[in-house]
Amino acid sequence: MLRYLIGRLLTFIPTFIGVTIISFSFIRVLPGDPIIVMAGERGMTEERYNELYQQFGFDRPLVVQFWDFFTGVLQGDLGTSYVTKRPVFDEFFALFPATLELSFCAIVIAITLGIPAGVIAAVNRGKFFDRALMSSALIGYSMPIFWWALLLIIIFSGNLGWTPVSGRIDLLYYFPDVTGFMLIDSLLSGQDGAFVSAVRHLILPSIVLATIPLAVIARQTRSAMLEVLGEDYIRTARAKGLTPPRVNGVHALRNAMIPVITVIGLSVGMLLAGAILTETIFSWPGIGKWMVDSIYRRDYPVVQGGLLLVALLVMVVNLIVDLLYGLINPKIRKR
Amino acid sequence: MSLRKTLTAAGLFALLAGTASAQSTLVYCSEGSPEGFDPALYTSGTTFDASSHPIYNRLVEFETGTTNVVPGLAESWETSEDGLEVTFNLRSGVKFHETDYFTPTRDFNADDVVYSFMRQMETEGSWEYFNGMSMPDLISSIEKVDDMTVKFVLTRPEAPFIANLAMDFASIQSKEYADAMDEAGTPEMLNQQPIGTGPFEFVAYQKDAVIRYAKNPEYWKEGLPKVDNLVFAITPDASVRYQKLSAGECHVMPYPNPADIQAMMDDDGINVMEQEGLNVGYLAYNTQQAPFDNPMVRKALNMAIDKQAIIDVVFQGSGSIAKNPIPPTMWSYNDAIEDDAYDPEGAMAMLEEAGVSDLSMKVWAMPVQRPYNPNARRMAELIQEDFSKIGVDVEIVSYEWGEYLDRSKDVERDGAVLLGWTGDNGDPDNFLAVLLGCDGVGGSNRAQWCHEPFEEIIQEAKTLPTQEERAALYEEAQVIFKEQAPWATIAHSVVFMPMRPEVEGYKVHPLGGHIFTEVSLAE
Repeated sequence: MLRYLIGRLLTFIPTFIGVTIISFSFIRVLPGDPIIVMAGERGMTEERYNELYQQFGFDRPLVVQFWDFFTGVLQGDLGTSYVTKRPVFDEFFALFPATLELSFCAIVIAITLGIPAGVIAAVNRGKFFDRALMSSALIGYSMPIFWWALLLIIIFSGNLGWTPVSGRIDLLYYFPDVTGFMLIDSLLSGQDGAFVSAVRHLILPSIVLATIPLAVIARQTRSAMLEVLGEDYIRTARAKGLTPPRVNGVHALRNAMIPVITVIGLSVGMLLAGAILTETIFSWPGIGKWMVDSIYRRDYPVVQGGLLLVALLVMVVNLIVDLLYGLINPKIRKR
Repeated sequence: MSLRKTLTAAGLFALLAGTASAQSTLVYCSEGSPEGFDPALYTSGTTFDASSHPIYNRLVEFETGTTNVVPGLAESWETSEDGLEVTFNLRSGVKFHETDYFTPTRDFNADDVVYSFMRQMETEGSWEYFNGMSMPDLISSIEKVDDMTVKFVLTRPEAPFIANLAMDFASIQSKEYADAMDEAGTPEMLNQQPIGTGPFEFVAYQKDAVIRYAKNPEYWKEGLPKVDNLVFAITPDASVRYQKLSAGECHVMPYPNPADIQAMMDDDGINVMEQEGLNVGYLAYNTQQAPFDNPMVRKALNMAIDKQAIIDVVFQGSGSIAKNPIPPTMWSYNDAIEDDAYDPEGAMAMLEEAGVSDLSMKVWAMPVQRPYNPNARRMAELIQEDFSKIGVDVEIVSYEWGEYLDRSKDVERDGAVLLGWTGDNGDPDNFLAVLLGCDGVGGSNRAQWCHEPFEEIIQEAKTLPTQEERAALYEEAQVIFKEQAPWATIAHSVVFMPMRPEVEGYKVHPLGGHIFTEVSLAE
């Protein structure tokens, strides 16, 4: 297992360098000059333009700019935003807990509902329940997030008044960030009702963000289960006289989990993409909206730094998924 | 959060602040996060709403709801006869905010004024608005005459100068605070934890979520501000802002979706205020290229545009037809001018008279939404259709926004450009000279139009001392503009401000800011 872990960690290095190069080049390939965008309709004199050009360091060769970025990254310095003039690292970690909290809740919802739904659909293959579940999954998968979120807000917040419209917590509660996770901070604050308010604010955005991964997980679980249920050892288990829950839950599900875990790992990328829209609609102060704004403003340090950190995150999640494979399937870790 | 809870929140604020109870809290659902809190570094209205309006004052200020310049931190000012020296007499006893991160030891004085401008003159930084208004060329020196008197020496007489000092970049910082932060090695704190003399003190900011302010108890304007706490709940999506307003989670919201406005007006729980914005959207021909160098051709094309259709389709009613290059709320607006009537047949005849046939041209459509043009692509399509009716073939082109701004400046540019402008200081010079003056050719003058008689008038108007004298010249300039038709003036947007009925005293500000100093909440 240790050799497997070290082997996986070593592949991290070239991937990391590749990601650094891509995140650096990506924003520079796009047309548009951050200085001109900054000036807007008002424009600026050529003299002033050259002054800023130099101030931002654009007059240096690209290779030199990249080397500065790369060595900065190794020292934990991702540069300073052109717009807010604050270090990219600080901004990322001020906003990231909000995204993490939301994504975590969404993936928990997607897994706890998606896997049982897939199993039930597989066991009841072709029956009404299977068809109903799989058509809902298809609808969920194809739903435009923007529209779905607004629909939920209008019904549950506007008409029924059950949930707040947007934000992370009632404005009534005001306490300093400790961990950045509102569920934890609201408990730590000791203010009456703060935790409940934070939970209420999480409900709609988590449901919206969970929708697509939930549909994907349910469908993947169903098809993996169907494949496994046709295997000989399942027939043997049944022949031995094991109860259906034991056959399905222990013998079939565990073996069906490998592709499902892969999908869960992949949905982390999907969650971050979905978070951009979900965060915008629910005024959720996370990194999704932050990244999009910075692309519009051609805020190079934020785009390249943010991309790099998000890519690192996806890499770490994939590493964890690989390790989980090993735990579930001994054949993999022995290879 | 319901309003009942808002009141509870106010109580909590009271506890936190240790002051009397029964406090009022105004919640504003703002459209985005400020880029920072030092207004001199930025040019966007969202940033000014959160910084210059609540936190700071300027030597002179725009009276809320108008473009009139009134005394601010300067009680009065005199201009020398040659127009080259402006001396400001400062207000005494003005206190800077006392917060948990800074305690001022002295009142506002001339050092603060000199510092606030000299940093933009002399230090490196993105002082874009200061530069954009050509202040470095205009100001020759700033002198402290005594503790309560400051003299600006100019390089040329310039009437709009006083109005420039009411702009956001001219907000007055505390030199004492800046020095303290420099000494601590954290000069960036000016941009993160601001100290000013304005109606509200900064309390806290959580990026992309909420900004909190508390009333400045020592504010120099008697009886203001009227609410005890001000909260910006940052809500980027317009539909969501509307839902929050309906649910009572906020009191005021900016920038509603045009499609929602009618429903808001029908709703008893929401009041909608409206005013024409200080902006203009236009189509600028390249007047240096044939056949657009002929005013007759430009005029003919202008007659072919069905502006009412554009207002209905693109603005969905939240705009008004523009006939002049300056908005109707601005002084010197020449209302006597008649707009070119929509007349495709007349246009066709005029083109023929000008000897132009089989004309094909490009129309540039901006890739972004702006207040003066909510959907440039759609607008370009409507113009394409209008022009096809008079036999003019249009190809629509577009570029990424930065590219668009840059390429459209080119004197050799092929095609007519959709663009617009939002006023900075309420002065007609800020439209006519910037957008149509000879200096702007190859830059902000997208029509590349340099017309001697027009130029003479606007240059002279800059140097005259009184508004009446200047207005007469600007009115004349608008007549020349209409005859020469370097642009098709298309629309001025209408600004709508939805708010809850208990909000009292709100004024829609023509310069685009959202200002809450005089706003109160009914019981």
